[in-house]
Amino acid sequence: MQAQEVVLRLTGITKRFGPVLANDGIDLALHRGEVVALLGENGAGKTTLMNILFGQYRADAGDTQAFGAALPPGQPRAALMAGIGMVHQHFTQCGALTVLENIMLGRESLWQTRLGRAKARARLAQLMADFGLTVDPDARVGDLSVGERQRVEILKALYGEARVLILDEPTAVLTPQEAEALFVTLRRLVAQGLSVLFISHKLGEVMALADRCVVLRHGRVAGAVRVAETNPAALAAMMVGGDLPGQAVPPGRPGVVLLSLRNVGGTGVDLDLRAGTITGLAGVSGNGQAALADLISGLARPLAGQMTLGGQAVPADWSPRRAVQAGVGRIPEDRHRQGVVGDFTLAENAVLERYGEAGFARGPFLRRGAIRDFAAGLIGKYDVRGGGPETAARGLSGGNMQKVILGRVLEAGPKIILANQPVRGLDVGAIAYVQSQLIAARDQGAAVLLISEDLNEVLDLSDVVHVISKGRLSPGFARGEKTVAELGLWMAGEGFDHAA
Amino acid sequence: MRLEPIAHPSLARRAGLPALALLATLLSAMALAALAGANPLAVLGQIAVGAVGSKFALLETLNRATPLIFTGLAAAVAFRARLWNIGAEAQLYLGAIVTVLLGTGALPGLLVLPVTALVAALAGGLLLLGPVLMKTKAGVDEVVTTLLINFILLLLVSYLLEGPMKDPMGMGWPKSTPLVTEARLPRIVEGLRLHWGFALALLAAAAIWIIQTRTKLGYEIRAVGLNIHAARFAGIPVNCVLVKTALLSGGLAALAGWSEVAGLKGHLSLDLSPGFGYTGIIVAMLALLHPLGVVVSALFVAGVFVGSDAMSRAAGVPTYIADIVLALALLYMVLALGLTRYRLVRG
Repeated sequence: MQAQEVVLRLTGITKRFGPVLANDGIDLALHRGEVVALLGENGAGKTTLMNILFGQYRADAGDTQAFGAALPPGQPRAALMAGIGMVHQHFTQCGALTVLENIMLGRESLWQTRLGRAKARARLAQLMADFGLTVDPDARVGDLSVGERQRVEILKALYGEARVLILDEPTAVLTPQEAEALFVTLRRLVAQGLSVLFISHKLGEVMALADRCVVLRHGRVAGAVRVAETNPAALAAMMVGGDLPGQAVPPGRPGVVLLSLRNVGGTGVDLDLRAGTITGLAGVSGNGQAALADLISGLARPLAGQMTLGGQAVPADWSPRRAVQAGVGRIPEDRHRQGVVGDFTLAENAVLERYGEAGFARGPFLRRGAIRDFAAGLIGKYDVRGGGPETAARGLSGGNMQKVILGRVLEAGPKIILANQPVRGLDVGAIAYVQSQLIAARDQGAAVLLISEDLNEVLDLSDVVHVISKGRLSPGFARGEKTVAELGLWMAGEGFDHAA
Repeated sequence: MRLEPIAHPSLARRAGLPALALLATLLSAMALAALAGANPLAVLGQIAVGAVGSKFALLETLNRATPLIFTGLAAAVAFRARLWNIGAEAQLYLGAIVTVLLGTGALPGLLVLPVTALVAALAGGLLLLGPVLMKTKAGVDEVVTTLLINFILLLLVSYLLEGPMKDPMGMGWPKSTPLVTEARLPRIVEGLRLHWGFALALLAAAAIWIIQTRTKLGYEIRAVGLNIHAARFAGIPVNCVLVKTALLSGGLAALAGWSEVAGLKGHLSLDLSPGFGYTGIIVAMLALLHPLGVVVSALFVAGVFVGSDAMSRAAGVPTYIADIVLALALLYMVLALGLTRYRLVRG
């Protein structure tokens, strides 16, 4: 690859959030027809950098240029108008609209009335055919799975005639096979003269896809190399600096079955959660994880089949409250939406599931002193930073918010823990903390069900791994029984056919 | 121009902006007075004197504030749970109907006051229960249903006053048979025109404040209002909480009707409420849904109405100025609240 025209150039970008220097003098250049990977751990400053490029934040210093022209800071449309398309890690879509409407949204002036709509539909169909990204254009986006919504996001950028495509951790929600298909798509785009900036913390992807790699660490550029001239070990060293890689998790000691599902939902979902075991559930989002999580957390009741807790069938009035009373600790998938009440104080959030217990209430009245003391203890024990019992939860970072939820769950002494995407969006330190707490709970005899889209996370932590695909659940695989590639096939639904 | 959220608004921002809103209200009122051809300062002065300038004026303001405290509390309680009860007017009238039904000789002496109050409150609560069950079971928007019930109830009152409840001694006026003496709320101090309804309204505000801040129910109501998904996930019985909220809110609004009939008018008529149910929403919003704040804002709103009446007689400026001033006060306050949590940035 010879040096070509620079299509995107960031110079000396610096951004500070209070005491945290998120970006510190970052330089980056992207050439025509080139794939550049922006590599770094969670919290290294990748997402902040992209938000500056797209005008979500204003940089404290530095400037951005697209196709030789400076982009005005703080204007989200400027980058889009300049032909830079973004696929966000957290999707920016309108759930009530259809796929087609979402893709047309914001480009209305290009498409007039019904004629325009028909043209848009035709063009979208062409794009889907060209790039092998299939989504029903008339489906409501709110009904789609996370994986499908990402496809919509990519199509939206392609549809906007982007000449530079920026993808923020695009494979986080894809199976290995789907990720490979995405890579083929991206290579096709690059061959047509587009440029791709690709944000990732996965070395394998970077090596497979990128021409060049820029490594961020603690907000600074730790190195910039041609991928052909480096190797994964060197990149990893650059990425984590002097940090040691994570320790392997010692295996659990499986005990009795605490929770058991038999053919729930009528799709042959059989699952046993054993004491002292972390059971991992791998799979691309939208394949039935939500239904399974709702069932165990009490939001849904078993419609078919059997669900037993400690050998007893769950009561007919199974509900979140019943689940809590039965010793099921629940870490919800979306902590902002389901985990905490943002405008409640930490104290109020700490007892959200248990405010009616004798320790926290007397008759109709709350024991506010006891609640505050409990929260203060929880904040200390689980190392929640950023506020005291009277602080509103919304002001906390994601990691600290998750610690509050974790503390609330663990302090209840649960026999079963449902951990649904427990580390999504957290920084390295918080991830390690949450995972170590789950392992500690397992070692004390809890049965943990870990649901995650990150296959590596599932493999690292789990004693038993199930794969979920299209509502079907694979048999449990012992640690190390299957390779990543084999599990990927199951995630794509292939193993089921052979097993059946 | 766009809005950027502020994570931790400063105290200056949280206190200053509402103060600014009040100032803007004042200036707008003066501008309106000038527009009507009067001296702005004199008009403001006359409103103040008319509201609190004499014993008579003050008592009139307190009397006018009484139903507003009840309807303001009704809105404040419901809105906390994001239950949009726009039907306080209907609940008020139903409370008044029940008061007349039970208070015209149907019950023995001593029981009549507490029983009319309780049954009126229960009726008001049940009236709101219908829309709430339609909301929880079928997803019907309660704004529409509660609003429409207002019109139904007004027509019902109209029918009752022309028919079954018509006062035979009423000289043809559409008003009900008067309450028996035992059903009337006595005055707090003999000789002063202020009835016990006002004291009960204050008591209700204190009770609601305690419920909201100290009890499990208040905690549940706030959790449901602030994040219904987290509340449901945590095991709070959301529908049950909404039903309790409805009973509380509808009951409070009905007590406004009870207190107006039993304390002030002594009978039911079609002009019992000059929109107390709707004005209660303004009262609650101005108070930021705080139960004790409702008392303050109800006094303010009542003062503006009573004062404007007096001012109008003296200065010849139409009383409509009161409605405009209150509407502006609400708009400014909502704007101030928005700007407390968001700032406008260019670009």
